[in-house]
Amino acid sequence: MTRITVTVDGDRYTDDIEPRMLLVQYLRESLGKVGTVIGCDTSNCGACTVHLDGRSVKSCNVLAVQADGRDVTTIEGLAQDGELHPMQRAFHENHALQCGFCTPGMIMQGIDILIDHPEPTEEQIRHGLEGNLCRCTGYHNIVKAVAAAAKAPNAAALSSSAAGA
Amino acid sequence: MIPAAFDYAAPETVADALAALADSDDAKVLAGGQSLLPILRMRLNAPEKIVDLGKIAELRGIREDGDAIVIGAMTAYADILTDPLVAEHAALLKAAIETVADPQIRHRGTIGGALVHADPAGDVGAPVLALDAELVIAGPGGERTVAAADFFEDLFTTAVGEDELLTAIRIPKHTGWGAAYEKFVRVAHQWSIVAVAATVRMDGDAIAEARVGLTNMGSTPLRATATEAALAGSAGTAQGIAHACGLAAEGTSPPSDLNGDADYRRHLAGVLTRRAVLSAVGR
Repeated sequence: MTRITVTVDGDRYTDDIEPRMLLVQYLRESLGKVGTVIGCDTSNCGACTVHLDGRSVKSCNVLAVQADGRDVTTIEGLAQDGELHPMQRAFHENHALQCGFCTPGMIMQGIDILIDHPEPTEEQIRHGLEGNLCRCTGYHNIVKAVAAAAKAPNAAALSSSAAGA
Repeated sequence: MIPAAFDYAAPETVADALAALADSDDAKVLAGGQSLLPILRMRLNAPEKIVDLGKIAELRGIREDGDAIVIGAMTAYADILTDPLVAEHAALLKAAIETVADPQIRHRGTIGGALVHADPAGDVGAPVLALDAELVIAGPGGERTVAAADFFEDLFTTAVGEDELLTAIRIPKHTGWGAAYEKFVRVAHQWSIVAVAATVRMDGDAIAEARVGLTNMGSTPLRATATEAALAGSAGTAQGIAHACGLAAEGTSPPSDLNGDADYRRHLAGVLTRRAVLSAVGR
């Protein structure tokens, strides 16, 4: 067992874990943060995307021990005091989901796109979502939602309170 | 799936990492993990020990050193893409890395991890080879430097020994050289079926020098030496470039698989080399 200390969605956790535990397992099974889902388990689909020190990663492709001493934000850390993050609200308003399974990863990656491209073109959005698969193939409204969110103030921030929502 | 159990070490210095490697007959080095973790999860490999380089600050970062830039082996793709030194002096490397996988993987994946993994379909080997880089390797006996031409030995095999670490990539400055990476894939987020890394130094309209690296045209990254020789000192006419680039597959031994047989890859190499060279010369 290896001891890690990691901040997840603003709370600090210290746990003894097996080194082979994946970050997504740690989030779901140790912390109960099941908002982050496992889609493909092969690092292809991006459903498990979270932010590690403020940038997107696929949490099925990171060991929990690699997050030691670092800061993780999951889909569950975005909304504050019942107020949706601008990216979440844009997905809602643009009907950017069908079955919803890819949605947590799409939202987390959508925020990451806005870090690099505060005013993204459609092409930048589509390239930025290259690592996220929607098997309902509902990409069109997802792209629209990311573009809509970009118009909200501070939509690249990692919590709705920081975004001034 | 979940990896098989392993012992874990997260040293904070290169010296401690080398000691951790020396301590086991069956250790694997973890860099960014974007290739290694899928392998561990699918249980294609189950090493006794993992030595994680993630806490070694001295292995990260990009600096200028005389006529070269030096990239720490643990520098992430994303950090290379935004670095002004790379953009100015090694545009070919940037062009190739822009095509690697997807943003999430580029945030985690490292140049050193990819080079030592040495997947022939990976995108960093060809530009590193074409740019005549030198690879700095640390081991129990100290540090040594290997030319990129001697670094790639075979499929997934490099000059880095079991008890050694790649610590840095030293790239001679190619300031002002045009550069392009042409990658052929059927779908987004796929390994290169074939890709070509081309960088060119112009002298007016003429081509003074050209360097061309090939991805997935053999068991290691390769140089298109016949093309380079035909381009160097040429007038840079469309016809001359087309002829030179038609020689790109000379001396290669591309694989045959479900994405294409060897002949198809040879054809692709010629087409992609022409596109890459034309793009590198600004046409």
